[in-house]
Amino acid sequence: MEQTLTLLSFGPDGWGDQIASGVLVTVGLALATLPLGLVVGFLLALAKQSDEKALKMAAEIYTTIFRGLPELLTLFLVYFGLQIGIREAVSALGFETQIEINSFLAGMIALGVVFSAFASEVFLSAFRAIPAGQYEGGYALGLGKVQTMIKIILPQLIRIALPGLGNLWMILLKETALVSVIGLPDILRQAGIAARVSKEAFLFFGTACLLFLVLAILSSFVIRAIERSVERSEVRV
Amino acid sequence: MSVAKQLIEAQAPPPIPARPWTTARISGLAAMALWLLVGVGIILYLFAEWDPEKIDRYAPRYFSGLWVTITLVGISIVLGAIASIPVTAGRMSQNRWFSGPAYCYVYFFRGTPLIAQLFLIYYGLGEFRPQLQAMGLWGFFRDPWNCAILAFTLNTAAYQAEILRGALQSVPRGQFEGARALGLSRLQTYRKIILPQAMIVALRPYGNEIILMIKGSAIVAIITVFDLFGETRRAYSRTFDFQTYIWAAIFYLIIVEALRNLWNVLENRLTRHLKR
Repeated sequence: MEQTLTLLSFGPDGWGDQIASGVLVTVGLALATLPLGLVVGFLLALAKQSDEKALKMAAEIYTTIFRGLPELLTLFLVYFGLQIGIREAVSALGFETQIEINSFLAGMIALGVVFSAFASEVFLSAFRAIPAGQYEGGYALGLGKVQTMIKIILPQLIRIALPGLGNLWMILLKETALVSVIGLPDILRQAGIAARVSKEAFLFFGTACLLFLVLAILSSFVIRAIERSVERSEVRV
Repeated sequence: MSVAKQLIEAQAPPPIPARPWTTARISGLAAMALWLLVGVGIILYLFAEWDPEKIDRYAPRYFSGLWVTITLVGISIVLGAIASIPVTAGRMSQNRWFSGPAYCYVYFFRGTPLIAQLFLIYYGLGEFRPQLQAMGLWGFFRDPWNCAILAFTLNTAAYQAEILRGALQSVPRGQFEGARALGLSRLQTYRKIILPQAMIVALRPYGNEIILMIKGSAIVAIITVFDLFGETRRAYSRTFDFQTYIWAAIFYLIIVEALRNLWNVLENRLTRHLKR
């Protein structure tokens, strides 16, 4: 028992600091991916509900591809594909370089792309739940297209889409563990290193699982708080 | 009173106005052009890199990997479906001693990454080798394939239990009461009245769960099970040829799309009595 506590403690004897830095990396990656995924997902949803056939189809192709590929494969495609692509492009310009893509960046792009594909579906169903009269009301008040979207549609859209987006956030948080495979020092990788050195695999992977659980519980509190704050307008006195 | 003396002659309809070049149209065409470029680029790339020797060598491995993926997911889904029944019963139980552990089980397996669960079972349990050997279970846990099956079964059982619970709770109370009034036993009620209705609700989530498992199963490559992704990684590490990953993507997309379409057909067929 004492040995277990020593292993998990902070300082030179324990793995506490390494694992804590892993938690920061995991949370950082998820937080960095979120805005990227949300913005791209929102634009995709706009494209999917536009009257323009080409735009709609382009967005559908995007969703089909990135919803169908395993996240791990998307990650590898981005990680190796970008490196090879950039190297080819640079050598076409007549230079010779070896470029290492940062695993954080590759993870952010890959997870963001997958997140946006799923988020676009959530946004799309939320768009469908908003009656056309809301747009017409906006135009009747003399608001432009962009203003109607920002001031009238978006506040309602967020309220409707929030439960779905909350689920996607939970999935995103778990998917960040995959990026450890390409060397990002997140919770799982740090736990793996600690497990290999100390030969206490069960302890460290168990700790990693519990840390993910704690993150999930914390985020469910935050999501609940956001839900409550956007539901204020629903309150009838 | 005036009378029309002359009729207006029939005229050609006004010309259809040309579709304006809106931002949406331009960006749509640009996006489609980009996809076309990507698609043609990939096809040209695969043609340029087509090497009969490599294909001969690696195509059978890809198919064996594909088979490993399919059997792995198939076995886990079936075992998970069986394991999900007691979990669902626990979740729906009024007794706190049953519902508490079931809730914790489901929360743990849905709240942590599948890859961490896999590592916990494969590497973590490996640490208890002497105890496992004493129980005669070491042979089971030494093999990554068994560990993968165990981890996936436990994981999907948690998800399937939630699907099943949601579906059962979506059946109105009156259905239970009606069955009671007809004098059906509990088992008969479930088999003949409740499950047929609940399964229609559960059909789509089950399909999504299978797709999630197929996508999630790629991680077994990391614990050296040579599924489709494992074979891909092995082929890449030997050839350093990027087309290995492109082929894997094509395979995965085909399976997932085929399954999705199959599920649409299935759903249409099974709910045809509900259509008006």
